[in-house]
Amino acid sequence: MQRNYNFAFLDEGSKREIRRAILKAVAIPGYQVPFASREMPIGRGWGTGGLQVTLSCIGPDDVLKVIDQGSDASVNAVSIRSLVHETTGVETTTSTADATLIQSRHRIPERPLQREQLMVLQVPMPEPLRTYEARESVTRRLHAEAEYTGAYLELFEQIVRYGSTTTGADHPVMVQDRYVMAPSPIPRFDNPKLNDAENLFLFGAGREKKIYAVPPHTKVESLAFEDHPFVREDFEGKRCCICGATGVYMTQTIDPVTGKKAWQCSDTDYCAERLEEGGSDE
Amino acid sequence: MGYVAVSGGEQAIAASLELLERERVAGGRALDPALIIEAMPHAVEQVQSEGSVWAPEVAAIALKQASGSIEEAVFLVRAYRSTLERLYTSRVIDTGEMHVSRHISAAFKDIEGGQILGATRDYSHRLINFDLSEETDADVRAARAVIDERLDEAAEAFYGVAETTPLDCVPKVCDYLRQIGMIRPVAIDDTEPVDITKTPLFTPAPRSVILQALSRGLTQAVVAIGYAAIRGFGISHPTVGELRRGSVPVTIDAPGTDPSQASADDAYYLGALPVCEVESLIANDEVTETGEHVNALDVGYGLVTGSDESKAIAMSVLDHSLRVDDVRYPTQDQEFVLYHIDGVEATGFISHLKLPHYVTFQSKLDAALRSMNHAEGQKEDGSRAAQL
Repeated sequence: MQRNYNFAFLDEGSKREIRRAILKAVAIPGYQVPFASREMPIGRGWGTGGLQVTLSCIGPDDVLKVIDQGSDASVNAVSIRSLVHETTGVETTTSTADATLIQSRHRIPERPLQREQLMVLQVPMPEPLRTYEARESVTRRLHAEAEYTGAYLELFEQIVRYGSTTTGADHPVMVQDRYVMAPSPIPRFDNPKLNDAENLFLFGAGREKKIYAVPPHTKVESLAFEDHPFVREDFEGKRCCICGATGVYMTQTIDPVTGKKAWQCSDTDYCAERLEEGGSDE
Repeated sequence: MGYVAVSGGEQAIAASLELLERERVAGGRALDPALIIEAMPHAVEQVQSEGSVWAPEVAAIALKQASGSIEEAVFLVRAYRSTLERLYTSRVIDTGEMHVSRHISAAFKDIEGGQILGATRDYSHRLINFDLSEETDADVRAARAVIDERLDEAAEAFYGVAETTPLDCVPKVCDYLRQIGMIRPVAIDDTEPVDITKTPLFTPAPRSVILQALSRGLTQAVVAIGYAAIRGFGISHPTVGELRRGSVPVTIDAPGTDPSQASADDAYYLGALPVCEVESLIANDEVTETGEHVNALDVGYGLVTGSDESKAIAMSVLDHSLRVDDVRYPTQDQEFVLYHIDGVEATGFISHLKLPHYVTFQSKLDAALRSMNHAEGQKEDGSRAAQL
């Protein structure tokens, strides 16, 4: 029993349908467009939304980069990259600069993206209001009426209770003064990269069946108060133990040489390129 | 020991897949998918029911590839389904025309067409038959011959010919109740059903959405939530008006014909689909226009492909409980039930927790540290942040 799959796995009808949802998302920045998410050959919740967006947009001439939590070599990134490669034959890369299409889970690369590059983010929970409202029918209405008191109240309560907001990744953003949007759980560090960007960001949530977008040069502001401004993760005084970078997003690790706690760039391509250029000690 | 960062994922995955394949072939014997279909029909049925594709051969291969994991086999079938073009819509299937192999009612002792027990485990004693451990192919064939002979004798005595004829057009129990006005009348609704594999879920969900989501839902989840609904976290306590099992013919109109003009006689026959159908009767309070309370019967409907009767009954319970206006329990809440009953979605999201969360967890740590430092009134040196 021999079966061959279509280019980019999905049948053309499904791809067209997903592209229509994408076009609508681009036309209404920050608005979550429901779409009939298909089951994919990878786990529901493992990037199927991003994957469907990627497969619907990808063409034979694209150069694909896939990262997971900043890393090209992370197991899930490897798995998704090889799936797209196997079903399309497109060239793949780890270089942010060379990629025309980047699918990512939870990071935006350190190197600013260009106009011609498409960034696809995988989204587990697309609904920024879900933490205080479980019902989809209600959150849809809240978005329609731009009723975002709850989103601000949540941050306010955190400040009252803990002295500061306690959002980790996925700190909600206001898109073009209209829709509150979950930036997918990118760290707060990456939120500003969405604002007035050169490139198009597409967000795909497979299990939750939503697609949304931040087109180039869209105004994206992280929710905050005048007296409690938005703060990014603090890496002051820290530097990457491999390439010496500062001012980038880092995760804790153990220095392979000294065995002590150390910090390391989360963006592995950025780190590797700096090493290639001879590292630095800024 | 030095910390090994997650890199070289490519080799790690390849090696892991090889290990998995090693486990699959560990026994040194190949399993013919045809044998899975013959010997494990219920596993094959469950994969098709939750996979929402009727393709026994594909389901059997999936089960083989998944080393018997139903969850994994369903996943494989669903992903395969995504690649198939949907070319035709079948003509409406009338389950009144089912070739019935089992037909029972818990509401009436005597039903038209008779109570037909068919093949059921309901009254079997769940004692492990250790003889099966040494059963040979010859034993199986001999057992089959003995039973077939008895069936032929019985058929000859009854019909005069030594073959059983399928029972078609067995009357429906609920039709009788409808005739005598015991079932609350419901207007015929011929709106085009929503295809939930082509339309995202929304609530309040039309009936077609509720029924599809339940029918292809995770079998054990449908049964468990249905159980909760009748045990105390719901209002539906049903009587199984009728449970019928058998196969229904699936036909399509000749391509190009106008559906409103097309006749059943010109339709193409695609094949028979085994299904199990349940109509549950549920007493429900109704307030009339004059303010009087009337106790009338509602019907909860369950239909699943294959023969899983527990799933079909639980589905009929949930079909009813998801249509009440006054939501008091989670089992009546469409968002609670319909958004969480899909096996591929539930297992997918649960299993994604195994993925690396280094970046997001670092962000969480950062936020927690800030609040701790605030609570301790500490700054810079000596703070937990500095310690970390």
